[in-house]
Amino acid sequence: MAVVFEKSRSLTDEILTYCPGCTHGIIHRLVAEAIDDLGAQSSTIGVAPVGCAVFAYNFFAVDMMQAAHGRAPAVATGIKRALPDRIVFTYQGDGDLASIGMAEIMHAAARGEKITTIFVNNAIYGMTGGQMAPTTLVGQVTTTSPYGRKEELCGKPIRMSEIIAQMDGTAYAARVSVHDPRHVMEAKKAIRRAFEAQRGGEGFAMVEVLSTCPTNWGMTPIEALKWVATDMIPYYPLGVYKDSSKGAA
Amino acid sequence: MAKLLMKGNEAIAEAAIRAGCRCFFGYPITPQNQIPEYMSKRMPQVGGTFLQAESEVSAINMVYGASGAGARVMTSSSGPGVSLKQEGISYLAGAQLPCVIVNIMRGGPGLGSIQPSQGDYYQATRGGGHGDYRLPVLAPSSVGEAVELTRKAFDLADKYRTPVIVLGDGMIGQMMEPVELPDDGESAREPESKPWAARGWDGSSPRAIINSLYIDPSVLEQHNLALQRKFAEIEKAETSFASERVEDADLVIAAYGTMARIARSAIRMARAEGLKVGMIRPVTLWPFPSEPFAQAARTAKAFLTVEMSAGQMVDDVRLAVAGRKPVHFYGRTGGMVPTVRDVLSRIKEAV
Amino acid sequence: MEKRILIAGFGGQGVLLMGQLLSKAGMHENMQVCWMPSYGPEMRGGEANCGVVLADEPIGSPLVTEPDVAILMNRPSLDKFEPSIAPGGTLLYNSSLIDAEPSRTDIKVYDVPCNDIAVKIGNARVANMVMLGAFNALTELLPAESLLEALRETLGSGKEHLIPVNQQALAAGAESVV
Repeated sequence: MAVVFEKSRSLTDEILTYCPGCTHGIIHRLVAEAIDDLGAQSSTIGVAPVGCAVFAYNFFAVDMMQAAHGRAPAVATGIKRALPDRIVFTYQGDGDLASIGMAEIMHAAARGEKITTIFVNNAIYGMTGGQMAPTTLVGQVTTTSPYGRKEELCGKPIRMSEIIAQMDGTAYAARVSVHDPRHVMEAKKAIRRAFEAQRGGEGFAMVEVLSTCPTNWGMTPIEALKWVATDMIPYYPLGVYKDSSKGAA
Repeated sequence: MAKLLMKGNEAIAEAAIRAGCRCFFGYPITPQNQIPEYMSKRMPQVGGTFLQAESEVSAINMVYGASGAGARVMTSSSGPGVSLKQEGISYLAGAQLPCVIVNIMRGGPGLGSIQPSQGDYYQATRGGGHGDYRLPVLAPSSVGEAVELTRKAFDLADKYRTPVIVLGDGMIGQMMEPVELPDDGESAREPESKPWAARGWDGSSPRAIINSLYIDPSVLEQHNLALQRKFAEIEKAETSFASERVEDADLVIAAYGTMARIARSAIRMARAEGLKVGMIRPVTLWPFPSEPFAQAARTAKAFLTVEMSAGQMVDDVRLAVAGRKPVHFYGRTGGMVPTVRDVLSRIKEAV
Repeated sequence: MEKRILIAGFGGQGVLLMGQLLSKAGMHENMQVCWMPSYGPEMRGGEANCGVVLADEPIGSPLVTEPDVAILMNRPSLDKFEPSIAPGGTLLYNSSLIDAEPSRTDIKVYDVPCNDIAVKIGNARVANMVMLGAFNALTELLPAESLLEALRETLGSGKEHLIPVNQQALAAGAESVV
């Protein structure tokens, strides 16, 4: 019997700890597929963040390190500098990367650190119970913006892909979404390209993936997927913001 | 071995390289700048990595990454920078990762001054960051000893899978003394095999996971108990001190690092005047050498702890002496250094 | 034997180098040595000083707070450090740049017009070596050859051509006090 579909080798058999309807699972799968496609399972070291993906070290079937909140790019830098021939990736959420870890991500990009960052933007702090994130939309209600995020109080949400694309050290920066199959296929291409950029020694690579949080958004999974399309994408336009193999988009 | 006249900071850096350190991550802060400067020059010559991080926070997390990947790795800083590193140090201790952290202490609190101080004793010997942990703390009192202890720090770090602190002050960092550097080649000391390191998983052994998260409290308690057993083992095997003229001493001085040098000069003057004074100099501040103090409490009439602080190590001396004899204290703070004459007059008061 | 030496002046006078040369020469003569600079925010032209201890026994305090010998290269350092010299100690001061007379009577005082002598030799920059020559002739702590060797080591092979003028400076300094 021909095998037509199987689980990615770079994923373990652990049951994911993510909520029903959360798209972290899809993103894990895409990352694992990219590692498998590159034949890099045995030479990859992943860095798990603090946030909903804190247990990522249980889910990826590669050597893993768990990093302090926001520090994954610094940890990944240490790994990559000690073992330059390995594939090193960080998997970070919006609070981790765009708030407490802003310095680390900016400087990893500035140095052209040859690592791949998967940035999961769901516009909220999930694990701690739905607080406002640096990427929370204006007007969005969270447990620390109960009247909706107010621009005059908190400013506007941060668009990381655009910022990272400005850095000379960045080889690849793209924003993708996983709210429907077509977008999942595009996200897969982007993530694979981000790993290839690392393998080619091109520089820093980041893929921002718009993701859902039905639990903390107070929506059903289907409503959440729709909200990505109707509310998030208009503020966070999808696309490749920089690709060193093609020049800036 | 040829003798070289070297600045403490540079000697520490070269000793690290000769101990097999091939990764250094740091950030500028006075009075330890010669360590990163020296590393930036030497690391490329030996095929190692020097990286000036964007912050102390990043530097210690780069240490975490490199250590987790199996490298012999070091960072250095001074008080304010070491405070920033505490988050990472706690993670390193929790994840049981070896590394060496040099703190060339300056006056505090806050931005303080850049002059010599020993005000970070509590921070260093009590773990420093959050959670229940201790780190071996080595306190050199000469540039030569700084070389020895830096080397030892790497060996202890690997032996016990723990961060180790080399605790000096601005004086030891800045002064020059003759040193004899161990000459076993620049690439001879490869890091020993580290099967726990995350270097890529070939499927033949369990996957490496470098982690300090144990969400189930009963599991975390087991982890903590294991750490405590390790700390007990370190206390038993690695406690180190130097003593001089304690046998007949009426007064025993407790001092560490460069402060012990100043105390030694004062003791010589006191002895010349017929006063029976000796000294116990802790070399490991944690584990603290309580035993020699307990012993000395049987024969000495009193103790005098001398520090460049408002009185921190004196707590450990008092715990060791356990009320059997009076323990006096003399210290200066803020970067002011007690003079030999100051110490001598305190000796005369205490005898 | 333990000699505590303080050398002070302003940045650029080669004050720290003088201390390092004494320490290196002492090390090569198998003495115990320790060199300790003042340090502060980096500033050219600011105050600079260092302490050097040369001894037979392991050195206690690395700090020179009551020098046996003080070498003071400018006026502010004379004002600041003359009072700290140990009774019975020695003061060498740079009379080219210091227009005041030391006031202590319980110490031996030598004036060395370092800059004038250096200019006469033909290189104003060797004033510090003139002073070292004077110091060494008075204290007889180190063979003059050792100091020159320490300088040779410090300058490195690229600056061998500077050795003769420095040698002259050491000799001229020695002559000025004997």
